[in-house]
Amino acid sequence: MATDAPAAKPPAFEVADAAAVAKARTVLDAHTVETVAWHFHPSTGCPFWLEYAKSLPFDPLTEVKNYDDLKKFPPFEDEWLRGGPVRRWVPKGFADKPAYVFETGGTTGVPKSRVNMRDFRTDYEEFSATLPDEYFPKGANWLMLGPSGPRRLRLSIEHLAQHRGGICFCIDLDPRWVIKLIQKGWMEHLEAYKQHCIDQAITILEAGHEVRCLFTTPKLLEALALALEKKGTTIRQMGITGIFSGGTEFTPQWTRFAVEELLEGVYMTPTYGNTLMGLAASRPVTPADGYTIAYYAPQPRAVIEVVDFDDTNSVVPYGGTGRVKLTTLTQETFVPGFLERDEGERERPYKQYPWDGISGVRPFRALAATTTVGVY
Amino acid sequence: MHLPAWRFGKPYESLERTQLVHFLTGAPVAEVSQVGGAIIGRDLQKSARTARAALLAIDPEEIVERLQTAGNLYAHGTLTVGDSKQSPDDFVKQQSATTGLPESLCRANMQKNLFVLSNMDRMLDALSRGLPPEVLWKGFGTEHRGVVVSYQAQSPVLGLVLPSNSPGVHTLWLPVIALGVGLVMKPGGQEPWTPYRMAAAMVEAGIPAEAIGLYPGPTDVGAAILAGCGRSMIFGSAKTVEQYRGNPAVQVHGPGFSKILLGDDCVDGWERHLDVIVESVAANSGRGCINASAVYASRHTQEIAAALAERLGPIDVKPPEDPDAKLAAFTVPGAAKAIWEQIEAGLKAPGVTHATAAYGPRFVEGERCGWLRPTVVHCASPDPEIAKAEYMFPFVSVVACPQEKMLERIGPTLVATAITVDPAFQSQLIDCTAIDRLNLGPIPTNKLDWLQPHEGNIIDFLYRSRALQVPAASSRPLQVV
Repeated sequence: MATDAPAAKPPAFEVADAAAVAKARTVLDAHTVETVAWHFHPSTGCPFWLEYAKSLPFDPLTEVKNYDDLKKFPPFEDEWLRGGPVRRWVPKGFADKPAYVFETGGTTGVPKSRVNMRDFRTDYEEFSATLPDEYFPKGANWLMLGPSGPRRLRLSIEHLAQHRGGICFCIDLDPRWVIKLIQKGWMEHLEAYKQHCIDQAITILEAGHEVRCLFTTPKLLEALALALEKKGTTIRQMGITGIFSGGTEFTPQWTRFAVEELLEGVYMTPTYGNTLMGLAASRPVTPADGYTIAYYAPQPRAVIEVVDFDDTNSVVPYGGTGRVKLTTLTQETFVPGFLERDEGERERPYKQYPWDGISGVRPFRALAATTTVGVY
Repeated sequence: MHLPAWRFGKPYESLERTQLVHFLTGAPVAEVSQVGGAIIGRDLQKSARTARAALLAIDPEEIVERLQTAGNLYAHGTLTVGDSKQSPDDFVKQQSATTGLPESLCRANMQKNLFVLSNMDRMLDALSRGLPPEVLWKGFGTEHRGVVVSYQAQSPVLGLVLPSNSPGVHTLWLPVIALGVGLVMKPGGQEPWTPYRMAAAMVEAGIPAEAIGLYPGPTDVGAAILAGCGRSMIFGSAKTVEQYRGNPAVQVHGPGFSKILLGDDCVDGWERHLDVIVESVAANSGRGCINASAVYASRHTQEIAAALAERLGPIDVKPPEDPDAKLAAFTVPGAAKAIWEQIEAGLKAPGVTHATAAYGPRFVEGERCGWLRPTVVHCASPDPEIAKAEYMFPFVSVVACPQEKMLERIGPTLVATAITVDPAFQSQLIDCTAIDRLNLGPIPTNKLDWLQPHEGNIIDFLYRSRALQVPAASSRPLQVV
């Protein structure tokens, strides 16, 4: 078992009890065995994993008996996700299902892609259950003030809105162009493009569509708030009651600023996610907890571990800093031990999510210099 | 010690702080609150106009007097800076500790700032060409010639993205308050000291606290300042200069590429001017854009390089508190080494020789920092890349170039000291648009006359001179019907 980091402070949130943690682990172990069985069985697995299994020195069908056994797999290389044929990732068990392909990044070269049948819907339906109805009323309309194009997020937010009985309005936002503007140093164009996005959002908010819920990123949220303030109004006065937001720029200081100065009581919940994992919800963000943003993966469908920078099979102590290691365990996608481009601190299990979490998520220090953080 | 952000008079302690440490020991010196760009965007929307209004509520002459008081407090007083009391000695030690600048140079820069504040009335009179100060307050007025003039403020506040490399640059923004314009500053990451102490001195002297903002933070703070202020001043690299070229709202201060040009009529007496050249290259540890990075002459260049090497080459690293310390450290890990490697590569080009090679290694590696000892190179022509280089330490290329080719080869030059009495060459120098500040005669490039504009007149940057007519009874306009 991991131990506490020496300087760990007493938690300001309700830590999950040992029984709940053990129960969640049992569920994860069983789910792991079931998922591996699906992906490596010749009748249901995808061509990529069935072919890859031939190079493994163990048989996944018989030698993965719990979650820890996934360490037997070499680290997942996200480069495998670049280029085709994309069908090699479609499990035979879903060969007749309509498939989506979602892309990440893609500013230069061939983007990484992930096929989806229903995963994004399942992830966001589960996430929906964590949203308080008081602030995200059932039947309310949504505004997706985030990336458009071949993004999982775009369809996911729309599905979330529909799942909760609402209709989702969207804007045009090409994040690849944003990254290019930053890399070229065209800051005036960047500002103009941001304004173009905000103008689209304000047009929708002012058009009488009774939008109550919003997805956006920290940068766009602050830009929207400032633009509305310039017009003599606020996010709250425009009728927004709940905001679901995401991005590695979600820092405690930014959250405090947003809560104290931009939101006027509008509820905001940060999330951490990507195309591979899905969506990690946060425990409540409170001043007493120093506005700590701690995320918990949607276990058992995905697992986040905070691992030692050198020994990526070992988690760091609670409060310790490590790299994000991601495992995805759905019938559509199997990703064992993918080392993300982010780092953060390991968080104790929370009552509602009785497994490890992560806080202080930021670009991994060894890659930070080459990473361009755009608008989302 | 903690330095909070200062939101137009209201201190703001951020949850995110950077720790500044001593460049030699790593001992903590201060924590600095870090804010994000959105805070500035919001504050500018709410407070920029009130910042200027607070200044305009005070008589302009009174503002100048308060600034003079602020100068004395800054140089001699014990002030509350952040959450601590700070004496001038504390300030010098803190500034030296985080910037790597020797304490003696920190003190010299303090004197420079004091001089500017103490002479604010003369500076304003010179820069405004005798304009009655109330014209800027009211927006228009009658000149001493009886002509109505109008000056329209282009922004209620000036945004400043400040550097860490040389505390001397702060003299550039000191007149802004006296022009009735507020200040929004992003202090340099390693050198928050001057903006914080100056702001504390100004407020203590009666300058309205709501006229000043201090926003330490990452790069998006700079972007927010540039986006939110009608007028901004930014200090940066050649790339930064290029990025904002032609943007009337941004005044960019980048590398100076300042030079000494020896005319054919004076070059044979070059030895008489060695002191001027040495001071131009090495003053303030060669950190400023006004330090000379090249000497151009048509002949004797080998001898000039050798003589400069003899004077500058032996200068060695000394502890920062040593009154004879002349070299600042590069506090960013790896920076000194990287620069030296770049210079070594440049030395390999044809026609380039290293004149200080005989005076020992130039790159000195410390445990947590590095130094570069003064370096003199000789270039047989202006062609090698190193002839156009500028570095943040005493570095100079002595370039052989015929006088008739000089002005087409020197490139952008912030300060040119032209040692010549040849009227024809002087005339060409005066017409040369590559030169900003021109010294006709043996004046060190770093000796600035503050009664003259520097990289453009700050009044022309902050104000637009435009027409404003009033009925004939209240003035004597020249009307053409």
